[in-house]
Amino acid sequence: MPPAIEIRSLSKTFGRRVRALSGIDLNIREGEIVALIGASGSGKSTLIRHIAGLVESDKGPCRIEVLGRSMQTDGRITTNVCDLRREVGVIFQQFNLVGRLSVLTNVLVGLLGRIAGWRGSLGLFSRAEKRAAFQALRRVGIADTALQRAATLSGGQQQRAAIARALIQGARVLLADEPIASLDPASAKRVMETLTTINREDGITILVSLHQVEYARRFCPRTIAMRAGEVVFDGPSETLTLEFLRDIYGAASEELVLPDAGDGEIMIDADPVPARRPRSLRAAAVPA
Amino acid sequence: MDITVNPHGDPVDPPREDLGRRAYRWAMWLTLALILAWGFAPAEVYRAVNLVTDFANMGDYAAGFLRPDFLHWDEYARQMILTVQIAFWGTFLAVVFGIPFALLSSGNIVPQWVVQPTRRLMDAFRAINEMVFAVLFVVAVGLGPFAGVMALFVHNVGVVAKLFSEAVEAIDPRPVEGIRATGAGRLQEIVYGVIPQVIPLWISFTLYRLETNVRSATVLGFVGAGGIGFVLFESIRGFQYSETSAVLVVIIVTVSLVDILSQRLRRMVI
Repeated sequence: MPPAIEIRSLSKTFGRRVRALSGIDLNIREGEIVALIGASGSGKSTLIRHIAGLVESDKGPCRIEVLGRSMQTDGRITTNVCDLRREVGVIFQQFNLVGRLSVLTNVLVGLLGRIAGWRGSLGLFSRAEKRAAFQALRRVGIADTALQRAATLSGGQQQRAAIARALIQGARVLLADEPIASLDPASAKRVMETLTTINREDGITILVSLHQVEYARRFCPRTIAMRAGEVVFDGPSETLTLEFLRDIYGAASEELVLPDAGDGEIMIDADPVPARRPRSLRAAAVPA
Repeated sequence: MDITVNPHGDPVDPPREDLGRRAYRWAMWLTLALILAWGFAPAEVYRAVNLVTDFANMGDYAAGFLRPDFLHWDEYARQMILTVQIAFWGTFLAVVFGIPFALLSSGNIVPQWVVQPTRRLMDAFRAINEMVFAVLFVVAVGLGPFAGVMALFVHNVGVVAKLFSEAVEAIDPRPVEGIRATGAGRLQEIVYGVIPQVIPLWISFTLYRLETNVRSATVLGFVGAGGIGFVLFESIRGFQYSETSAVLVVIIVTVSLVDILSQRLRRMVI
């Protein structure tokens, strides 16, 4: 089985000087949920936007493959990328919903890549499709907001609507770019739980960039840490101690840790820490 | 005069603006004066004295207007309604054809080599006044309201395309990116990501153009392109000042009504 995401020697320079990514190599297997951490400006968003095929890398021998198909090669986005984008859901820090459309319509947008173009453009969704969209909203727990304008929802609700859009899209890989950075702690926790649920139940591969390492340790078995456009750590999240973070980030490590967190402690909520899931999530997801 | 704010310390002059800034301001005023002086004689502004010397004539003229003659009010009403109908159709066609041109002249939707030629074409439509188009269309399609509709339509396609594309260029790109990331096509990005964001502004601009077009349509009749302008023109040419004044009253009332209604509607959508 090809890896869900495979990146070889990805570099990106903005303008002449600003090196946002340099020589990134990554493999993410199907069914994994991986945290991507790093301080502001370390290249997390840029990496995710490259994998989603929204930005082109520098020219050169670089390769980004998703589910064994090329998203971009040597700095050019693959032609007919729409087909592959359909397999990749993206959720953003600012949710990127269309504020004036209803929540249900925002979710139905996820179907556009899968139905006939003229039907999608005219907004002629079938009853079954509307049901599927509503089902997705029920799954993320905001069914009662279906007919409201997206702009009227709270941040956490908007992010869950964005997840519903990725669900109905039938995405097999979900890229989440700081999905909880502009949410309050309770909403952040709900969004992270929704992500882990769809990872476990649907086997969707998830790469989620996070600002705070606590969330990585709490929800993701594997963490990739970035600094100045390079991968500086890739391994089990539990080995990311405060000391280790200080080693990597120095003073910038304060930005990555909630102020009242002790070393190795998880202060996100009062719940007991659940037993860590094994690395192979697919196996764990199947009931014995 | 003796004003004491601070009893401690001697009065001191505030700092003056530096010389460059003052010179700049004087240069601006001087430029304005020069531009006005340049046009004074060619525009025959010196004839303003005639307003005073021929005051008696003006009085006679004005007296005619003080007794509006509504004998043919039904004809005025019919022509005024026709004028509004011309404006409606002209605006409608301009919006329908203006939307694609607006998208084609938006730098965030299509590449510059499409934007620039489209914009220049729209500039040309806008540069030529409705009345000029009206004369041209009277020759092309004959006397009557349809020439007026076409005149408003063509001129306003240029205006609508410019106004609408400015709204499109000011949208938030993030929702559009969200839709692109789902694998949607270009047209669908526009339908779901762009149009919902600009629709309130588009409606507002359309209503505003409707107001303007009702005003413009009242003179289309001067050149035989239909509406109340024809009646107005005939009565002025025939020195029928009381009729002229009645027609003007009808126009003022209608235009004010349209303005008020459209402003109400605009406030509702924004």
